[in-house]
Amino acid sequence: MNASEQFNAFMTILRKEVKRYLRIWTQTLLPSAITMSLYFVIFGSLIGSRIGEMGGFTYMQFVVPGLIMMAIVTNSYSNVVSSFFGSKFNHSVEELLVSPTPNYVILMGYVVGGVSRGLLVAIVVTLVSMFFTDLHIHSYLVVLSVVLMTSILFALAGFINAVYANSFDDISIIPTFVLTPLIYLGGVFYSMDLLPDFWAGVSKLNPLVYVVNAFRYGVLGVSDVSLPIAFGMIALFTVIAFSYSMHLLNSGKRLRQ
Amino acid sequence: MIPALTIENLSKVYGNGFEALKGISLTVQQGDFYALLGPNGAGKSTTIGIICSLVSKSGGRVQVFDADIDTDFPAAKKYIGIVPQEFNFNMFETVLDIVVNQGGYYGMPVELSRQRAEKYLRELGLWEKRKVASRTLSGGMKRRLMIARALVHEPSLLILDEPTAGVDIEMRRSMWDFLKQINAAGTTIILTTHYLEEAEALCRHIGIINHGEIVENTSMRELLRRLHREVFILDSESELPADISVAEFTCRRLDDHSMEVEVQKGQHINDVFAALDAQGVRVSSMRNRANRLEEMFVNLVEGAA
Repeated sequence: MNASEQFNAFMTILRKEVKRYLRIWTQTLLPSAITMSLYFVIFGSLIGSRIGEMGGFTYMQFVVPGLIMMAIVTNSYSNVVSSFFGSKFNHSVEELLVSPTPNYVILMGYVVGGVSRGLLVAIVVTLVSMFFTDLHIHSYLVVLSVVLMTSILFALAGFINAVYANSFDDISIIPTFVLTPLIYLGGVFYSMDLLPDFWAGVSKLNPLVYVVNAFRYGVLGVSDVSLPIAFGMIALFTVIAFSYSMHLLNSGKRLRQ
Repeated sequence: MIPALTIENLSKVYGNGFEALKGISLTVQQGDFYALLGPNGAGKSTTIGIICSLVSKSGGRVQVFDADIDTDFPAAKKYIGIVPQEFNFNMFETVLDIVVNQGGYYGMPVELSRQRAEKYLRELGLWEKRKVASRTLSGGMKRRLMIARALVHEPSLLILDEPTAGVDIEMRRSMWDFLKQINAAGTTIILTTHYLEEAEALCRHIGIINHGEIVENTSMRELLRRLHREVFILDSESELPADISVAEFTCRRLDDHSMEVEVQKGQHINDVFAALDAQGVRVSSMRNRANRLEEMFVNLVEGAA
């Protein structure tokens, strides 16, 4: 396939993905808006007003970046895992496997589909957050680059989960037992300064710590971890996830007999 | 002229140790209508799966026109259109989207893909259904949808894995006509089917696969010529005598008005009529007890068992 044909194939996958999540927007876009509104009301307004300041900001201002990032992570991940597993389950993935579309184009199509949903939900959640607090962006460049890198990373993670999944239960196990705990322990609701040294050290093994703090730096200008290290870690995890996804596609593991 | 498909020593051993293909070789010429027959589990779908990349081969070589699947699988894939045995499209997508998207996966611009989708959906009688979710289609329509999807990039080699399974007779015959048109226009077709009259009506060459081995690979005419015996059922206007018999032929009275007669190679059915006429039996109609190819197929498969 030449470059133009590959672009057509990529756009076809992306268009199909966007059409899919817009068709079922009550399951894909609305829940995040409702859940985050509840977080803003409960943690930001009701409990936050009693907590006082955190890291030099009101508690509401402190949690908003983490909550936006939480929506991006879960949506990028769940879009790819549910869509790709669904196509495996109903065998429609064979439409792609029998075609000359290169594997990296297939991966890019699904990943960019997941990224687009992550970004769309991020916009919705950001708009909702503006009803609760004033948002002043410290660095648009950092915000945009963290959002893009993070959504790519978790879309890739969703793809790997989908390849290994054998049932619909398998695509909810990782989000429930791995992703959600990592998000909650990634400093969305608290500053690392509050943790004892040991647990602060353990937290640095959690990729969500770098994601949340880098994004918080972009919005508020403060972070518990150094920005270059945060970017470096996100990039490292992304390269590992991309390489492994390509290995799965090239080997045909769990996709071809 | 380069063959449309060349398979040499193709083998497949699945992870559980099952040897599905034991080094099969076959060639399908350009423009041919080729039947690949065999009982369930013989290796037909494995062979097709390897050709279109859904199954990894364990050994051997597959070449589609000038493209070897080991060295240039994308080029080989462009030549192939596949209609699988099982429905493998997203049941929530519309009929039109399924066909247009498939064009996109072959690198076609969306406008061209839409034009082709319209052309083939119209030809297959699905254009009126283009906006409905594919899950609402009948079984026959779903099969035709898979044919339209396989044709959208206008492949040179169309592979159909039991395309008429579960399709009513009228629909099956209209699909036959459509496939004949596609073949006449130059597309090479490989067909697997359990309806042997379908293979006999459509195909010029035939390969029979059993237990992962090719047990026959010849022209349909040659295969039928080798048929050693045929069994006919004869219907009579008047009641048949209870002790009806025809010298030198094995025959059996089925009921008051019908009987079956076995005609061996070298015997002439005129002799049967003459003998019955002499006994005052007037034959009003005659038909094969089973499809001729079916007889041959059973002989070959049972002989190899």
